[in-house]
Amino acid sequence: MPSTLPEEFYQWMEELQAVDFVLVELTLYLDTHPQDQSAVQQFNQFAKQRKQIKRAIESKYGPLQQYGNSYSGMPWNWSDGPWPWQV
Amino acid sequence: MWVYEKKLQYPVKVTSCNPTLAKYLIEQYGGADGELAAALRYLNQRYTIPDKVIGLLTDIGTEEFAHLEMIATMIYKLTKDATPEQLKAAGIADHYVNHDSALFYHNAAGVPFTASYIAAKGDPIADLYEDIAAEEKARATYQWIINMSDDPDLNDSLRFLREREIIHSQRFREAVEILKEERDRKIFF
Repeated sequence: MPSTLPEEFYQWMEELQAVDFVLVELTLYLDTHPQDQSAVQQFNQFAKQRKQIKRAIESKYGPLQQYGNSYSGMPWNWSDGPWPWQV
Repeated sequence: MWVYEKKLQYPVKVTSCNPTLAKYLIEQYGGADGELAAALRYLNQRYTIPDKVIGLLTDIGTEEFAHLEMIATMIYKLTKDATPEQLKAAGIADHYVNHDSALFYHNAAGVPFTASYIAAKGDPIADLYEDIAAEEKARATYQWIINMSDDPDLNDSLRFLREREIIHSQRFREAVEILKEERDRKIFF
């Protein structure tokens, strides 16, 4: 990630945080309501949306995850800041 | 295994350098009802809990690590620009002489984190009631910290964390019902 981030980065991040909030909520809900079909549908729909947002952020700002859950740029750019507590 | 993501669960903004608030917040970092204790408690209980609630303990335990990172971020941001004099005035000179500005797992009174904060009884109902109590205590702690805080940006993130404790408590209560239902069904074997 570049050392100074444009406003757009924060907007993308907030979008990801919002979608992930839905996914965390649905995950915990489904852990105790595994038969709720419409919740599962909603979960899968948001899981797809998260993938798209993640891809959009990573194409501009570098990998969000590693161990192969994201692609790397050249050179290896996982260690590039800023880290979440630095933004 | 666990996979880290370079993102906070919820944004953390602080209005100004405020080491006094950091002193209170460290209760949720290394205190008895803090996020570290929560994460370790749930993830440790997973191995002996009935299968039906392993997923829930895994997911809540994992979310607690995201909360731990948010608390660390708050403490880091509230103290990073503080001078030793400001730390002294905030009552955290004792922390400074041992750790400089490094974070450490202790509570607001400086007592180091201990595994005795975490119960693991091996009895599913006893363990889940322990978890419900832990969530309610953490919720109350967030409320007391919010009452002490005059930072509107920080309070927004703290309110988010307080709400999460309520959700976790509710889910654990549902887990108790799931286990009771299963237990009662076994009578007819």
